[in-house]
Amino acid sequence: MSMEHTQMPSLAHKRLPSGDALKRNVKARRGKGRVYQTMFLSSLLIGLTALVLLLFNIVNSAFGYVALEYRKPPEQLLQNRPLSDVSKEELIAILKEHLTSGRFRNLDRQSPFAERTKEEVWTVVLEDVARERVERSWTLTESLLNRAAIQAEVAEKYRDARLQFRSWINWSFITTPMSSTPMLAGVRTALLGSLWVIMITIAIALPLGVGAAIYLEEYASRSRINQIIQTNINNLAGVPSIIYGMLGLSIFVRALGPVTSGQVFGIDNPNGRTILSAAMTMALLILPLIIINAQEAIRAVPNSIRQASYGVGATKWQTIWHHVLPIAFPGILTGNILAMSRAIGETAPLIVIGASTYIVVNPDGPFSRFTVLPIQVYNWTSQPQPEFKNIAAAAIMVLLGVLLTLNSVAVILRNRFRKSL
Amino acid sequence: MTQTPRISVQPTRRPQDDLAIKIDVKHLNFYYGPKQVLFDCTLPIRERSITALIGPSGCGKSTFIRCLNRMNDTILGTRTEGEILLDEVNILEPTVDVVGLRRMVGMVFQKPNPFPKSIYENIAFGPRVLGMKVQMDEVVEQSLRRAALWDEVKDKLRQSALALSSGQQQRLCIARALAVQPEVILLDEPASALDPIATLKIEELLMELKHDYTIVLVTHNMQQAARASDRTVFFLLGEIIEDSTTDDMFNQPKDKRTEDYITGRFG
Repeated sequence: MSMEHTQMPSLAHKRLPSGDALKRNVKARRGKGRVYQTMFLSSLLIGLTALVLLLFNIVNSAFGYVALEYRKPPEQLLQNRPLSDVSKEELIAILKEHLTSGRFRNLDRQSPFAERTKEEVWTVVLEDVARERVERSWTLTESLLNRAAIQAEVAEKYRDARLQFRSWINWSFITTPMSSTPMLAGVRTALLGSLWVIMITIAIALPLGVGAAIYLEEYASRSRINQIIQTNINNLAGVPSIIYGMLGLSIFVRALGPVTSGQVFGIDNPNGRTILSAAMTMALLILPLIIINAQEAIRAVPNSIRQASYGVGATKWQTIWHHVLPIAFPGILTGNILAMSRAIGETAPLIVIGASTYIVVNPDGPFSRFTVLPIQVYNWTSQPQPEFKNIAAAAIMVLLGVLLTLNSVAVILRNRFRKSL
Repeated sequence: MTQTPRISVQPTRRPQDDLAIKIDVKHLNFYYGPKQVLFDCTLPIRERSITALIGPSGCGKSTFIRCLNRMNDTILGTRTEGEILLDEVNILEPTVDVVGLRRMVGMVFQKPNPFPKSIYENIAFGPRVLGMKVQMDEVVEQSLRRAALWDEVKDKLRQSALALSSGQQQRLCIARALAVQPEVILLDEPASALDPIATLKIEELLMELKHDYTIVLVTHNMQQAARASDRTVFFLLGEIIEDSTTDDMFNQPKDKRTEDYITGRFG
């Protein structure tokens, strides 16, 4: 025993570096740490670069010069009179003169001209007769860097065109419905469709998900069946979304068609390809996400709080309602934000259940036919004309705007709740 | 190798024999899954006095005290055998309503665990969930006064309880337990997370409260048991080794193991 004691210092002396060796040793260890630090920093930078490139790409397409040209300039159609001097009947006459009779009848059948306002008729004139077209569009970088070259090109190639700096995302883009002409197309119906779907999705998925999480965390025993359920919920979170789409198609659209189409409520609707079906499918899709996050949040509530509550004679439900849920609520909301972000960008399952791509009528309830923003973007990016790329970029910006708005509402709610604790 | 204990004992102690038995524990066995942690524990607990449970870590003191209001029910896979008579009623019967039981037998935990709400809400929660028809402001004030906390917090009842010091938080937890008008108060090492001054305040408070309540106190601190309690019970490895008045326990322990423990030879 005493031998060991006497040997210890000399051993330590041999093994532990000192003097210059110590300095080298410390330097080497610090260096290693710095390598890791640099790696972590660079992964962050790579992520940031990707994000910046993405945003740049969108913004680059959403703004820029366009060369606009009328087939028939409006001044010529109105014979150089201001619009206020021209009556509705004269506008209808212009339409009759320039359109084929079949097209005219078709427009009249959609909505009789007699019932349309003068402004609406004027819109038809602009759309169908004057037909302002984008001859060519340029990206933001081109517009900023090669302005002179663009002007020269327009002067040479498109003699009648006027060059205009255009923000493809603008108020009328947000407020007008779909159109097959990129200049006149808007996202109103898709935006409303997205909002309807996301609201109903959350309304279905949040209570269901939180309920399931409460049951699993607070009531369920650790039995084999419950463990299998738990594992399956975790697995469901990773199932490809298209599979949820197929599930939604066969169950909500087909099997539950009379309900999701609203026929049982006396609504005249041919099939179940409605907002309700979409929202139910989306709810299934994000349910595992909400359950898992809510479970985490509930598990993070300290047991001492539950015991304190039981200790004064509260029942299990009172404990959950008064203590567990309020404390877990911010965490539950965080999960909800993630789920909502996923749902709002999801396209594939909605295509499978049969969302339309061309909707000009506002969706007005759970039983409407609908389209959503990501489907609109998808549809536009697959069109051949280059201008559709511009409005797709603008639609992406709208989608991001909606996403950020919804998320910030949830974040504000969460912070307010945290503060009140 | 006999050694006189060095611990001084509270001099003025109430006589024990005139006090009725409030809780009578008979042949209590307790299991966590397959593992037995309490072995045939028999202990009468007298009303309006402080009974201290001492013993080394893991000896079953806390498990024992948690049997008294069936707090162990909240842990999965536990099993209890034997009888615990509270006012002659066996509280281990499945027909007993644990919610009602826990109102009668309040509990204060090792770490102060106020709800993350206002001071007022902490006290009011119990009476409210029990549906007690009371003047809430009065109950809050009375409970806080009894817990010797009123003067410190009367101007900030609406502030978060988490802003209090840990000593104040623990007294708040005692006040919270008092608010539902219990008859028994269980304290599981209530002062182990507190500094000496806060500890002393809790002890003084307990000595005040014992005139009206039956108090069972788990403690690691033998000085605390000696200072504050009327009776002391020594636990070792899930068994009750010795149960006597605090004077006897610390001055003339009957069992060798008790003596070894209180003189600090092991533990």
